[in-house]
Amino acid sequence: MSENFLQKVMAASGQPLNLCYQCRKCSVGCPMVDEFDFPPNMVMRMVQLGMKDELLKSKAIWMCVSCETCGSRCPNEIRIAPVMDSLRAQCLKEGVTPADEVTVALHTSFVDSIKTFGRVHEATMLMKYKLKSKKYTSDLDVGLKLFLKGKIPIMPKKSKNVAKVKEIFKNAGF
Amino acid sequence: MGETFSYYPGCTSHSTAIEYIEASLAVIAALGIELKELPDWCCCGAASAHNLSGALALGLSAFNVAEAQKSGADLVIPCAGCYGNLAQADYTMRNDENERQRLEKEFDFTYDKKIKMLSLVDLLAREELRPAIRELVKKPLKNLKVVCYYGCAIVRPGAVTGVDDSENPLRIDSLMADLGAEVIDWSCKVDCCGGDLGLTDAEKTTELVNKIVDYAVAAEADCLVTSCALCQANVDIRQQRLPILYFSELMAEAFQIGQRQSWWKKHFNDPSRLF
Repeated sequence: MSENFLQKVMAASGQPLNLCYQCRKCSVGCPMVDEFDFPPNMVMRMVQLGMKDELLKSKAIWMCVSCETCGSRCPNEIRIAPVMDSLRAQCLKEGVTPADEVTVALHTSFVDSIKTFGRVHEATMLMKYKLKSKKYTSDLDVGLKLFLKGKIPIMPKKSKNVAKVKEIFKNAGF
Repeated sequence: MGETFSYYPGCTSHSTAIEYIEASLAVIAALGIELKELPDWCCCGAASAHNLSGALALGLSAFNVAEAQKSGADLVIPCAGCYGNLAQADYTMRNDENERQRLEKEFDFTYDKKIKMLSLVDLLAREELRPAIRELVKKPLKNLKVVCYYGCAIVRPGAVTGVDDSENPLRIDSLMADLGAEVIDWSCKVDCCGGDLGLTDAEKTTELVNKIVDYAVAAEADCLVTSCALCQANVDIRQQRLPILYFSELMAEAFQIGQRQSWWKKHFNDPSRLF
């Protein structure tokens, strides 16, 4: 069971996770480590030990911002960002409630916008995110200022090939 | 110079990074470089697609790489995030036989490894462009103290970006020195600003941004210079101590070209007092 989980994450992420020997360089340089329930080195060990349930329910997998600092410093060239990506995908696929639903609300609103227009339309994407996350009042001042500076266009600029974009979504199982 | 490249504008080119794109296009034209926009480009998936599905992220970016290959010219990608995604898709097709075959089938093309993905720094900080850039400088940025902030996506991971000095990159530093600016060495060149966290967690983003700006202020910088639209937005929006400029805006200022006054108005921390 534990071996299966390790093999699955290694295959999905393309990363040699079995090589992690706990030097902890990843956790030392991680800008987000204070927000993680398990620091990156512990996430690596938990994958090796097959602690799937704990990981899929963890906050750590959603707090990683994919800055790739850990991966570029790892002595065994393990990129942790794609490992986190594969754990997030597995969390959603298996219907586990994500520990950070606000982040998921942002990302789903964002890809919905891509699916509709082929490109992101910030105004409608942000409205959808606010409704999904219920963070109605956060950063309204910032949003208004961006709008007044002409940085949030009212009209979307569509891709010329939205049909192809929809096909890409379909092929990816969306 | 007579060079021609393909061009991927990215979604922020008409929204949060308007001034970056206008400045970059003005500088590129002044250098005699021609850009041809990919007609059918779509969003690369930004910071969101890879968070939900690796297959979706790879599909969206690989489609654009396939489109660029049709054009036959190296692809210029000014947005750091878009560059990171497209460079990753190109790297995957270059190195993963199974994924390459699957994507070739999906997009009905044969991946030929011939074109390169270029960030705007890759394009403009080339050694061979330095004489032309120095020649275009009409008003050297004398007495302007800058710290160069590279962020994440154009630097890491080195295997994908081809950057071999990912702890201490120097290309924007050299470019700023060529414009006459005083470039200050500092500690946060490749620190993360929080990325897409800027939209979900203002408090944490402010904490990360404050650390970066603390170091820039301690280094006595007049402004921070970046090439990433998300870095610019996060660091500009979340503090009130320092102007945050795109490196191409400073090139345009030194060249004395483009609608600079309208760009400065797009910033949260007005940089006009610097010039």
